[in-house]
Amino acid sequence: MRIVAIEKAYLGVAVVLLAACLGALLYATTQRNIHLPGHAGDVDPAAVAVTPPFDHPGVRRTGPASYEAVIVARTWYFTPSEIRVPVGAEVTFIATSGDVIHGFYVAGTRVNAMLIPGQVTRLVYTFPVRGEYLLVCHEYCGVGHHTMSGKVIVE
Amino acid sequence: MNATTVMNPAGFEMPEAHRRLLRWTIYIGYAALVAGVFHGLAQALAYAKVDILKFFPGLRGYYQGLTAHGVANVLTFTFAFANGFLPLLTARALGRQLRAGLLWATFATLLLGNLLTIYAVTTNRASVLFTAYAPLQAHWTFYAGLALVVVSTWIAFANMALTLRGWRREHQGERTPLLAHISVASYGMWVLASLPVAVLFLAFLLPWSLGLVARTDPLLDRTLFWFTGHPIVYAWLLPAYVSWYALIPRQVNGKVLSDSLARITFILFLLLSIPTGIHHQYTDPGISQGIKTVHLIMTFAVVLPSFATAFSVMAALEIGGRARGGTGLLGWIKKLPWDDPSVTAQLLAMITFVFGGMTGLVNASYVMDQVVHNTTWLPGHFHMTVGSAVALTFMGIAYWLIPYLTGRGLWSRGLALASSWIYTIGVLVFARGMISAGLAGMPRRIFRVAATYDNPAWDLGGKLTAIGGTLMFFGIMMFFVDIGMTIVAGRRGDQPKDIPVSETLHPAAAGGWERRLDRLGWWAVVAVLLILIAYAPFFLTYVPRFVSPGYRLF
Repeated sequence: MRIVAIEKAYLGVAVVLLAACLGALLYATTQRNIHLPGHAGDVDPAAVAVTPPFDHPGVRRTGPASYEAVIVARTWYFTPSEIRVPVGAEVTFIATSGDVIHGFYVAGTRVNAMLIPGQVTRLVYTFPVRGEYLLVCHEYCGVGHHTMSGKVIVE
Repeated sequence: MNATTVMNPAGFEMPEAHRRLLRWTIYIGYAALVAGVFHGLAQALAYAKVDILKFFPGLRGYYQGLTAHGVANVLTFTFAFANGFLPLLTARALGRQLRAGLLWATFATLLLGNLLTIYAVTTNRASVLFTAYAPLQAHWTFYAGLALVVVSTWIAFANMALTLRGWRREHQGERTPLLAHISVASYGMWVLASLPVAVLFLAFLLPWSLGLVARTDPLLDRTLFWFTGHPIVYAWLLPAYVSWYALIPRQVNGKVLSDSLARITFILFLLLSIPTGIHHQYTDPGISQGIKTVHLIMTFAVVLPSFATAFSVMAALEIGGRARGGTGLLGWIKKLPWDDPSVTAQLLAMITFVFGGMTGLVNASYVMDQVVHNTTWLPGHFHMTVGSAVALTFMGIAYWLIPYLTGRGLWSRGLALASSWIYTIGVLVFARGMISAGLAGMPRRIFRVAATYDNPAWDLGGKLTAIGGTLMFFGIMMFFVDIGMTIVAGRRGDQPKDIPVSETLHPAAAGGWERRLDRLGWWAVVAVLLILIAYAPFFLTYVPRFVSPGYRLF
C-alpha cells in the first residue's frame, strides 16, 4: 500500500526531527552551560530571617567578575527590591520564599524560576547588555500579586 | 464479526432514561463553559487595561474570577463532557447498555462536586486558581468538591469498563470494536493519571484545610499536582481525538485509515502521557536536572502519537474529500462538508491545534521554557490546545450530540457555523497577542489594570488579546444560544438517528499480534512501569518537608 509507505516515511521524518530538537537541547545543557534550577539546599520558611545567607539579603562580590545576589520574597515584595550588578559579570541568584510560592523572573531574560517555601532556588546568569530590567513575581501569590516587583540594574 | 456490531445499530436502542442522564451530565459541562467565559472576557480586556470587573456583581476580585474561569472551563467543562460522551460511544460501539445506577452515580457525584466547588469559589473562599498551589489555602469545600469531580470520572470509567468486560465475555475471540477500544483507553489513561491528584487533595490538602494537620509541603504538593496535571491535558484532548479518528471520517464520507494504527496511537497515549509531568516544573528548585531531562525525553516521545494522529486524520479527510468529488493535490479540501457545522468546528479545531502543538514543543524544550515560563506565552499556547482543539471539537460534537440525545434538530446551522468561525479567528488573534506579549516578558496571571509595573512593549499584544478574547466570547455566546434553543425549541424528530460511527479502510485483523492491542489491562501495567521509571527517582530520594501553614491571602 502506497499510503503505508508514505506514512512510514512521514513518521521517520518526525522521529528525526524530534531527535534533532532533543540533541540541540542536550547540547545547550552540556556544552553551553544552560542549566535549570536543581537541588540547592533547603530552608525553614519560618526561620528565613535568621538562616544564612538569607539573614543578610543583598548583592556581594565573590570574585573578580562574579557576584552573588541573595533575595528573599514575601507577600508582596522582594528584599532587596533593587539589585545592581556590572555588565558581563557572572551573577549567582540565591533566593527563597518566606511564605507562599512566588515567581522570580527578570523580564526578557532566562532568569526565570519558582521560589517555593522550604526550597532554595539557585540560578546563574551573565547579563550581556546594560540597562534596567524588571524583576517580577510571575506566580499568583494572593490579591497583591500584581504589585510585587523590583528591578535589576546592570551597569 | 465485530464489523457488524459497529456498523449496524439495529437491535441497540439506548433507553430514554439513559439518554436523559447522559444529557444532563453533558449539560453541566456546557453550562460551565458558558459561565467560565464571562471572566475570560474580563481577563482578555484587562490585558488591554480595560476593566469591566465592576460590572460583575458579587465578584470580589480579579483572582476570584480567574479561579472560576480555570475551574469551570478546564475542569468542569471537559470532564462533564467526557463523562457523558465516552460512555455513550462505548455503549454504542459494543451495542450494549450501560448500567443505569452508575450513570446516576456519575451525574450525582459530578453535580455535588460542582455545588461544593461553586460554593467555595463564589464566596471567595478559594481564590487559589485551578492549580491550587499550596500554601495558599482554600476552604475545604474546594478540595472536596474537585475530588468528587474526579470520583465522578472514575464512576463513568467503571461503567465503560464493566460494559466492555461484559461484551468481551460474550464475544470471546473477537476483536474489541475500535470505537470502544479507544474510548476506554482514553478514560483508562485518565483514571490512572488522576490518582496523584486524588492523593494530593484527599491525603494532604483536605486535612490541612480542615485544620487536622497544621502544615504541608509545597514542593511535594506541586509535584503531585503536575503528576496529574500534564496527563490531564491529554485527558481533555483524547475525547476530541476519539471524534477525529472514529467519527469525523463518517461525517466527511471518508474512512478510518488503519484500525491498528489508531489503536497503537491510543495505547501510546496511555503509556506516555503520564511520565512527563515534571516538564511543568523545569524552573522549580529541589528537583534535579537529571529527572527533568528524563521527563523532557518522555515529553518528546509523546509528540509522536500526535504526529501519527495528524497523518491518520488528514488521510481520512482526504479519502472523504475525494469521495465527494475532490481532485488534485489539495482540491479535496474544498469538497469537505464545510456547510456542516459539526465538521467545520472540528476542522478549525485541528488547524488551531497545529499551532498549539508547535508552541507546546517550545514549552517542553527546557532551554526555551526558561524564556517563556509563566509569561502570557503559556495561556497563548493552551488556548490553542484546550481552548480550541478541545473546546471547538466539543462544541462541534454538540451539533450532532445534543440533537441525538434530545430528539430535537439543531436550531440554527448558520449560527453554529458563524460561531465556529468567529471563535477560531478570535482564538488565533488572542493567541498572537498573548504569545508576542509573553515573548516581551509580560507575566501571566496578573491583573494588568492595577499592576504597579508595566511595559509599552506589551501594549500591542495586550490589545490583540482583548480583541481576540472578545471574539471568542461572542463565539461561545452564539454556541450557547444555538444549543439552548435546540434544547427548548429544536424541531422534534429532526435529529440524527445514529452516532456517526466510521468504517475502516484497513480493518482490524482477526488474529496475529494485533490481538494484543486489545489487552488494555496489560498495557496499563506497562504504563505503570514507565511511571515508576519517571517518578521513582524523585519520590525515593525526596525527603518531605512539611513546613508551610496555610495562607488565605484573598
